Amino acid sequence: MSVTISLPPKGAAPDAPDPKRIAFRQKLGRWDVQLSPYLYISPFFILFAVVGLFPLAYTFWVSVHQWNLIGGQGKFLGLDNYTYVIGQPQFWTGLRNTFSIFLLSGVTQTLTALLLAAVLDQNIRAKTFWRMGVLLPYVVAPVAVGVIFSKMFADQSGLINALLDKVGLGPIAWHAEVIPSHIAIATMVNFRWTGYITLIFLAAMQAIPREVYEAALLDGASRARQFFSVTVPMLRPTIIFVVITNTIGGLQIFDEPRVFDQTGQGGSDRQWMTITMYIYELGWGPQKNFGRAAAVSWLLFLIIIAVGILNFLITKRIASDGPKQPKVVAASTAASTPTSASAASTPADAVTSATASAPRARRGAGSASEGAPS
Amino acid sequence: MLTRSPWRSTTRLAAVAAVGIALTSCSSGGTTPAADGGKTAAANEKVTLTLATFNEFGYEDLVKEYMAAHPNITIQMKKAATSNEARENMNTRLAAGSGLSDIEAVEVDWLPELLQYPDKFVDLKSDSVKGRWLPWKEAQATTADGKLIGYGTDVGPEAICYRSDLFAAAGLPTDRAAVAQLLGTTWDSYFAAGRQFQAKSKVPWTESSGALYQAMVNQVKNAYEKDDGTVIATENPEVRAMYDTVLKASADGLTAHLAQWSDDWTGSFQRDGFATMVCPGWMLGVIEGNAAKVKGWDIADTFPGGGGNWGGSFLTVPAQGAHTADAKALADWLTAPEQQIKAFKSKGTFPSQVAALSSPDLLGVKNAFFNNAPTGEILANRAKAVTVVPFKGPKYSGINDAIQQAISRVDIDKTDTPAASWDKFVTAVKALG
Repeated sequence: MSVTISLPPKGAAPDAPDPKRIAFRQKLGRWDVQLSPYLYISPFFILFAVVGLFPLAYTFWVSVHQWNLIGGQGKFLGLDNYTYVIGQPQFWTGLRNTFSIFLLSGVTQTLTALLLAAVLDQNIRAKTFWRMGVLLPYVVAPVAVGVIFSKMFADQSGLINALLDKVGLGPIAWHAEVIPSHIAIATMVNFRWTGYITLIFLAAMQAIPREVYEAALLDGASRARQFFSVTVPMLRPTIIFVVITNTIGGLQIFDEPRVFDQTGQGGSDRQWMTITMYIYELGWGPQKNFGRAAAVSWLLFLIIIAVGILNFLITKRIASDGPKQPKVVAASTAASTPTSASAASTPADAVTSATASAPRARRGAGSASEGAPS
Repeated sequence: MLTRSPWRSTTRLAAVAAVGIALTSCSSGGTTPAADGGKTAAANEKVTLTLATFNEFGYEDLVKEYMAAHPNITIQMKKAATSNEARENMNTRLAAGSGLSDIEAVEVDWLPELLQYPDKFVDLKSDSVKGRWLPWKEAQATTADGKLIGYGTDVGPEAICYRSDLFAAAGLPTDRAAVAQLLGTTWDSYFAAGRQFQAKSKVPWTESSGALYQAMVNQVKNAYEKDDGTVIATENPEVRAMYDTVLKASADGLTAHLAQWSDDWTGSFQRDGFATMVCPGWMLGVIEGNAAKVKGWDIADTFPGGGGNWGGSFLTVPAQGAHTADAKALADWLTAPEQQIKAFKSKGTFPSQVAALSSPDLLGVKNAFFNNAPTGEILANRAKAVTVVPFKGPKYSGINDAIQQAISRVDIDKTDTPAASWDKFVTAVKALG
């Protein structure tokens, strides 16, 4: 809009307000319309800039300098810190361990939580008791979990090796071999987080309309089929959320591997040293080299973003029911014969099979899933 | 005080709590510059001093005594569970430039890192402390240009602790003096006694290869670095020889393949895990705790390879404090021989003060758990036997960590041969540069 339109003609009624003041008020009004929305949402962005963006940028600034924990900033190094850490075998060992522990814990956690939530979603006795029960491990401090599990996983005196010995399997060198140490640490992580994720899934499951299940039941779908064809697809947004947060958290795992032995350095051959432990060792360990620690932090940041995007794309594909074609659903005929439904594996197939069948079969058993991948 | 222990997960909770408490308190009050450059409160002005220690320094009663004598001073104690916790706290706050206590206890192994930044600490040199400590103890806290940044508290003179019941079962002497004779004064004679023992017993001779190595390296002047800081760790034949000796003992089955402070190690005290161990003064309390109800522990007044010191601590006064002069006076008082003898009686931290070593108060101390051994006298002898002060430059702890890991790869994990593990050690040392 332009100013002149709303201005009264000059020299109108003598008692009219000063046109200059009107102009200013209108200006204010316009600013109000244009700027205030940004003002209202600004606290988030200001906060984000202070506690998110600034540290990120500052870390980058540190990473291109020589920087001692106590001594402070040194000379400018360019990308030397990056080339140094990329050239270190420990960096790659750390990356390997991080991904291995992340996969072992993340995948197990999500799947177990999904199953547990499905069980809790059923009509069982003492619902609240069980639901609170799964959350209990989450209340325990990670370090306390670490203490208990490191006693259980002790190589010579641990409970788990004693049990393995009883059933005739040899003791496992939990602190010496790579994969066993990762399994032990993933167990700690799972113990703590599975219950929490279960509750997230449970909440989402309760939001699924019950008619969908009734319809599936009428169409003769078994419990398992209901789970895979109704529950999982309807949980898609929640699964994406869980997988993304899992990625961010899982790639930054620190507490559990740190307390897994007495020195906290990730094993004498760095069997379970994660990338965050490597950051800590560079910055606060004997080297006290903040520049190198910052370089690894930035690399980790980039890796997390890359893996996060990858995960998002994968989850979007697996758990179908995209928002694009939610209205068109496979016919009950297609759904009641699993072979035909699973044959519709590609989106193109699905669309053809869906359009070919009667659109009114919307509540058809298992329809929500195989029928309409996005 | 305990050295290189210390990431003991069991105590980490307590440590986190301690740090949490440390976060909430901080000293305040008006200050006036004093003649000696420190900051001191005017007479009668109320002053709150904070005193940060770790493990057990035995200062609880002493602090009350000091406050009673100085009504205007209030002392708040902060105690971290392990020296590693204290170290991390200190590094972070030194870097931040604020938040440290008025007096910070520092363990000898991380003192070299701080000696690089003498400006962050008050120079504690004064006439009242001249000649107070064993010369090598004072040298550890003195910078190249003669600044003293820490007052010595305790030392860790090393003796050998042994299980007399297991010795008896293997047909060896059990009497303290006879055992000292048997163990001899060299590492060769110590290992020879071990072979003699293991010919008759299934129990391993000693606990940990890493501990043996640590005891040996504590007897070498320049193991890893020359006095000018040049790193020689990977070429030094002495280091390689110690590495090979320890791993040969491990291969011969003389060690129990345990890592100190691990859960397996702690548990082994209750299961006849081993017969002897290297025993710095502060270790007595650890053994007593881990081996509760186990009968037969004793201590021999000898140490292979000459005397040796393992660990020990200092009190420093960070320059960022508001009451540095008052803090210095308190540190001075706490580290005086009379007070350190009281701390020894309370928590077993062995004094580093010359006058304390000949005090009848100290020499009369006996330890009931160790078969009533005169631990005061034995440890005083062991402290006097120390002749070598290892040079610890800024890279010391990094290199030492790396070689300890190299040893445990072979001894405990059994994932590498000694030669392969050495190569990894060389790579790790290069990475520190």
